[in-house]
Amino acid sequence: MTIEVRNLVKTFGSFKALDGVDLKVNDGELLALLGPSGSGKTTLLRIIAGLDWPDSGELLFNGEDALAQGARERHVGFVFQHYALFRHMTVFENVAFGLRVQPRAIRKDEATIRARVKELLDLVQLDWLSGRYPSQLSGGQRQRIALARALAIEPRILLLDEPFGALDAKVRKELRRWLRSLHHEIHVTSIFVTHDQEEALEVANRVVVMDKGRIEQIGSPDDVYESPASAFVHGFIGESIELPVQVEGGIVRLGDRPLALAADGLAPGASRLFVRRHDMLVGPPGSGAFEGAVQHVRNFGPVQRAEVALSGGKTIEIDAPRDKELRAGDTIGLEPRRYRIFAG
Amino acid sequence: MTMQMADSVSLAAPDAEARAKARAHAEAARDNLRTEPRPVRIIIIALAMIFLSIFVVLPLVVVFAQAFSKGILAYFAALAEPEALAAIKLTLIVAAISVGLNLVFGLVAAWAIAKFDFPGKIFLITLIDLPFSVSPVISGLVFVLLFGAQGYFGSWLRDHDIQILFAVPGIALATTFVTFPFVARALIPLMQEQGTQEEEAAISLGASGLQTFFRVTLPNIKWGVLYGVLLCNARAMGEFGAVSVVSGHIRGETNTMPLLVEILYNEYQFVAAFAIASLLAMLALITLIAKTVLERHLHEGQDPSDH
Repeated sequence: MTIEVRNLVKTFGSFKALDGVDLKVNDGELLALLGPSGSGKTTLLRIIAGLDWPDSGELLFNGEDALAQGARERHVGFVFQHYALFRHMTVFENVAFGLRVQPRAIRKDEATIRARVKELLDLVQLDWLSGRYPSQLSGGQRQRIALARALAIEPRILLLDEPFGALDAKVRKELRRWLRSLHHEIHVTSIFVTHDQEEALEVANRVVVMDKGRIEQIGSPDDVYESPASAFVHGFIGESIELPVQVEGGIVRLGDRPLALAADGLAPGASRLFVRRHDMLVGPPGSGAFEGAVQHVRNFGPVQRAEVALSGGKTIEIDAPRDKELRAGDTIGLEPRRYRIFAG
Repeated sequence: MTMQMADSVSLAAPDAEARAKARAHAEAARDNLRTEPRPVRIIIIALAMIFLSIFVVLPLVVVFAQAFSKGILAYFAALAEPEALAAIKLTLIVAAISVGLNLVFGLVAAWAIAKFDFPGKIFLITLIDLPFSVSPVISGLVFVLLFGAQGYFGSWLRDHDIQILFAVPGIALATTFVTFPFVARALIPLMQEQGTQEEEAAISLGASGLQTFFRVTLPNIKWGVLYGVLLCNARAMGEFGAVSVVSGHIRGETNTMPLLVEILYNEYQFVAAFAIASLLAMLALITLIAKTVLERHLHEGQDPSDH
């Protein structure tokens, strides 16, 4: 099933949740909508599910108008952020719900429903919980039951709203891997919403980065990380150092200090320079585009993180390999291995 | 292996010690909260108990003592009087009508308020409480003004030979008005807390509106509904002021139990008056017990880990 969104606009009072969104989702894809809270990603998901309606714009499933259908007719599986399991029903009845409410004409008989529910509970590896109530489950178990419930109606599209948001870090990592392999198995067109870049980059085939109701970039996880299309994407994805610079006559300046950086093809004026923390190479004083004094060093997993006060006033954080000798008080040179400059 | 075991023992011991210390600390802190000396505490508790006994328990005892003062036979004879039976029957009918109506209205109002946003919502919430804030006598008078002989609809009703005042419809209307807030009030916070996610989940799974209501919404609020119905029923059976204004006090016809108690009392028929009063008192006791049970279910239904 392909999904096509054309110029979607949705406002809540004076707040523009979606400000002209265009998006094409391919058949069988696992797509991530990534953005900070308030960027419109959940609103977009709810409109696709039929739980919200846009002010204007189009939504097409396989080229057919989906806005003409209610949530009930769209056959979209939706996994809610807080799961929204039916609290008065057992796990078994939760999963069976979608099958039991089908119109009498197409409703399966009890034995078929039981077999199907069993199959789904096996798929999410929670068959042994079928008699429990949602309040007796852990967060990760609820999450998987919510997924099984959504899959019971054999959805044409699977939508997941912050699927791992309410889980602790360890369970989250396990479930991520599990969701990936599950998608590989069932291959239904899926979209999930997240504000966690690591989650988006690790799980999705393609990532849609959103901000303030607009799409900033669509691309593979490598694309959005390696070649961010805008200052927002660079700042949002990966740990970035951001410096305000001036571009003038082919020269980039930080404060008064001209930087030895190429400024080809850059529009003159106030701009922003972005460098990944680990792309700042440490050298002897005078060796790079920047110079600064190390303020503070802390070991941080495989790297050491140093706070460096640049000559020019601004303090930045860099990640250097552990074997590099760095001590508070040292004066060092810094050379950005890779960088991007965005106007504005 | 042995070293490991020794390690775990030495680790466990200070842990248990620390826990015991923390517990002692917590207990000390709680004791410090009781700043009043022991005699003061005893006096305060005793005052509360005495007050409750005089103002709540004693009247209840007196009602039953008076009802049985001429013996158990006189008690049942008083209840078997046609006038008493008529009052009991009328009270049950009126309660059934007003509880039924308020169940539907209360559900609809709570549903609208908890699940939708619309202009005038705050006004509606305030309006629901009106019957609580206005004197029942005035509530009754409103219906006299509307449906009485000199009222707005009085002549039209007389022309069409419809009797509302001084008859069952008037009494039921007044009672319904006075007891309206109970069901709605019990459900609004419950439904607001539960939100709309489960309903949305049901609809996205293909359930129709009715299926969603009966399979998801109603089971989630059933204890709240029962709670509201219980309080609504207790008030409907006990209502005096509003009913007194619209009933007309026709003996054997439009007297509810509370009205009959007053009439019998004024006629110095103490045994009969207190016999009927004892029925109302028993209703109150049963209501209290049921309320306690329901409240326990209500709290069980709320799952703190869901939020």
